[in-house]
Amino acid sequence: MARADAGRRARSLLVAVVLGHVLLISAQVATPAGPSVLRTTVVAVVTAFQEASWRAAGAVHSVWDGYAALRGVRDENLRLAEEVTRLRVQLQQVQANAAGADEMRALLGLRPHLQWQTTGADVVAGSLSPDFRAITIDKGVGDGVKPDMPVLNAAGVLGRVAQASARASTVQLIIDRSAAAAVRTSRTRTEGIALGNGDGLLRFEYLSATADLAEGDTVVTAGIDGVYPPDLAVGRIKRVERDGPAYRRVLIEPFADFSRLETVLVLLSPAAVPAEALAAPQGRAAR
Amino acid sequence: MKALRTAALVLVAVLVQGALPLTPRGAPGDFVLVAVVAAGLLHGRVAGLLTGTIAGLLQDALGGGMIGMSGLGKCAAGYLAGVVGTQFIVTQWMSRGFLFLGASVLNSACFMGLSMLLGLRRYDNLLLEAATQAVVNAAAGVLLFAVIEFMPTAREQWNVLLERRRKRRYH
Repeated sequence: MARADAGRRARSLLVAVVLGHVLLISAQVATPAGPSVLRTTVVAVVTAFQEASWRAAGAVHSVWDGYAALRGVRDENLRLAEEVTRLRVQLQQVQANAAGADEMRALLGLRPHLQWQTTGADVVAGSLSPDFRAITIDKGVGDGVKPDMPVLNAAGVLGRVAQASARASTVQLIIDRSAAAAVRTSRTRTEGIALGNGDGLLRFEYLSATADLAEGDTVVTAGIDGVYPPDLAVGRIKRVERDGPAYRRVLIEPFADFSRLETVLVLLSPAAVPAEALAAPQGRAAR
Repeated sequence: MKALRTAALVLVAVLVQGALPLTPRGAPGDFVLVAVVAAGLLHGRVAGLLTGTIAGLLQDALGGGMIGMSGLGKCAAGYLAGVVGTQFIVTQWMSRGFLFLGASVLNSACFMGLSMLLGLRRYDNLLLEAATQAVVNAAAGVLLFAVIEFMPTAREQWNVLLERRRKRRYH
């Protein structure tokens, strides 16, 4: 009798918990507002522990990497020296072009480009579930980090801040299955949406049937999604599959190496391009 | 004490999962789920249910996903493990492996099904991914139970060793 009661209680508890989950999920679907108090508190408490375990695991990796890396240091130094020289030349070229562009913008009466304000952050934890592609960084609201701020590294776009607590934030990587960014190709300015494919690649979707795309085209952010500013490097088109005249599947390989994330850069401002900035500038409209 | 041990197991699983090297394809297994199923198997369905709920909410809150998505699958998996653990004799590595496999499939079905239903995610190789995760989780679960079962024996052997040393020192 007592056993039957216990079984009934357990079943009732299961039904209650499942219902609770369904209600919780439904509430979030209806109002996808800012992060909840529950989420912010949990992130703040657990991040301290995560940081310690991440550092411990990192120490083991670095001991091994340090040993393995010694083998090719001389060759790598030579290669890097060559690369630095090449990049210095490129930098001079780009600076010259930028100066020219600034002069041109001034002449046309366009808004000058704002300097980006950034903050560097260390990665303190990886994904907590195989279904998420996310990282935790050691900068939070106290450092000026807010949800939806873009996160980058030297290679290109990594993702956006999904939630921020006092001194840590969760970054949803652009390769996450539920991540999306408005992008365009550098060559033909074809716009579309890049969606995480779950395997480290991005799907290029919502393309026009007449779009001109080719394998190897560079993809940058379009700056129209309210999260990423324009012209941040995203990746390169890896595969284009056509089904008659329409595109069946276009895959982008991100520039960033998501398996080696240690330090990242959070773009504090300009976080998003306001809608009015996308409208025709006044100087031009007056002509 | 039981609750404390279960909480420690889940916390260790969360920390291990978070400390795994990042890969674009994501971690091959879900160690938090393994901890939940182990809790259900060791302490019954209510313990499995509650551990699954808390662990899932923790994963959602820290992972940036919609809160409740992981919790739903994990509470069902924990409950299933508890029911199977009380109804059947699950002491062989193979039977345990099948239990972890089944619980993992149930968890994946809940998470992936709900994700697709809500239009949050799209899966190209749904079955392959669920199967890979299930196999890795089953292997991790069998290994975890081997460690849990080895611990008392190891402790006894350690005590015997200490006793022998003490005796040798005095004689």
